[in-house]
Amino acid sequence: MKNRSLVSINDYSREEIIKILDIAAEFEQNPHQNLLKGRVIASLFFEPSTRTRLSFESAIQKMGGNVVGFSSSDTTSVQKGESIKDTILTVSNYSDLIVMRHSVEGSARYASEVSPVPIINAGDGANQHPTQCLLDLYSIRKTQGTLQNLEVTFVGDLKYGRTVHSLVIALCHFNTKFHLVSPLELKLPSAVKRHIKEANLNYEQYTNFSEVIPKSDIIYMTRIQRERFPDPLEYEKVKNAFVLDNKMLDNAKENCRILHPLPRVNEINVDVDSNPKAYYFEQALNGVYVRQALIASILGLK
Amino acid sequence: MKRKELIVTAISNGTVIDHIPADKVFQVIRILDLELSQDEIYFGTNLESKKYGRKGIIKISQKYFKPQESDKIALVAPTATLIEIKDFEVVRKNNVNIPDIIEKIAKCFNPNCITNKENVPTKFTVLQTNGEIKLSCHYCEKTTSQNNMVFF
Repeated sequence: MKNRSLVSINDYSREEIIKILDIAAEFEQNPHQNLLKGRVIASLFFEPSTRTRLSFESAIQKMGGNVVGFSSSDTTSVQKGESIKDTILTVSNYSDLIVMRHSVEGSARYASEVSPVPIINAGDGANQHPTQCLLDLYSIRKTQGTLQNLEVTFVGDLKYGRTVHSLVIALCHFNTKFHLVSPLELKLPSAVKRHIKEANLNYEQYTNFSEVIPKSDIIYMTRIQRERFPDPLEYEKVKNAFVLDNKMLDNAKENCRILHPLPRVNEINVDVDSNPKAYYFEQALNGVYVRQALIASILGLK
Repeated sequence: MKRKELIVTAISNGTVIDHIPADKVFQVIRILDLELSQDEIYFGTNLESKKYGRKGIIKISQKYFKPQESDKIALVAPTATLIEIKDFEVVRKNNVNIPDIIEKIAKCFNPNCITNKENVPTKFTVLQTNGEIKLSCHYCEKTTSQNNMVFF
């Protein structure tokens, strides 16, 4: 992985994914390692994102590195019409690695082709968000003890949720049984289902959430956005059908854990937060270890 | 006695695109920019074909296709045959091949793709599922189906 950009979760093989998760586990044991002393990491957030940016910056600082960059493109030369290529080429002069988020899909792949230093994609529009996917995998492995042969339930907006798409594709390496719960309008796209079929795995689709809870090892919740429905009445009809509350978890397996990429709105009732099966806040902490592992291995320090 | 005649006039020099699916003739004309050509062009469609039932054909004088143009034809008319003519004789006959990767030929249909936002040449992997051709964008990873294909 040394010197290689991470743009899409599809860039990593099964073995490479496991390697990163193993290194992340080392960082969880020992988060403060002075590996990045004297190194500069650029953090280019052309589009604002609090959670991902802070998680990256925390990962860099725990390893003793320095961060340069911006958290929105409003005050940069991008406003003057500078191209992505020019911004990347310039910033690569000042840094050993570039973390970037941009609203345009494919921008990170393109940046990785023009940049002399490696790129980590921190989200390119609705396309990819591979570090979120790795932290989801890390959280699943940590709570279940394995990634292999699990029953994973995805709930909510499976059509537009990029974290869902990446995680489904990555889980195809691990003999997962997929349960897909969504309104009819927001089903998983066929381009993603193609990966499940190619891996000779099975999925089932549901519009009723409750029946699938007792089968699930992992329940991955996502937010259904009002804007996705051309007809507001349709949204009103479905919005409560995909909400998880504490009572629904009575029949859940002992090992079942609830994940959510956050931010949550109302799809997980706050009464779930104190249930030991709720794992979404720890999940966010795991992101720091995974990002430490990625940066260290791409820079050849692990 | 049955009279044998050519339904579409022969050309002395140029290329015949034969075995075009009958409903794709006008699309082939469009993607090759033949509307702008100054050379003689003959075409016909819904013609009888032993192999396909019905077919279309285009004959273009003085024109020999470059590999990139032949790739374009393959995406729209995968069954097409290119027949090169010199002095009324066939000098070369090739089926078009659907390429694995195409560059700078088609546009990505995703308006939010980097190739539609900045000066970045397009690149696609060509997917074939159940006889349907789709383009998977190297950059935004979205799939462009045949109906949505727009060529440069």
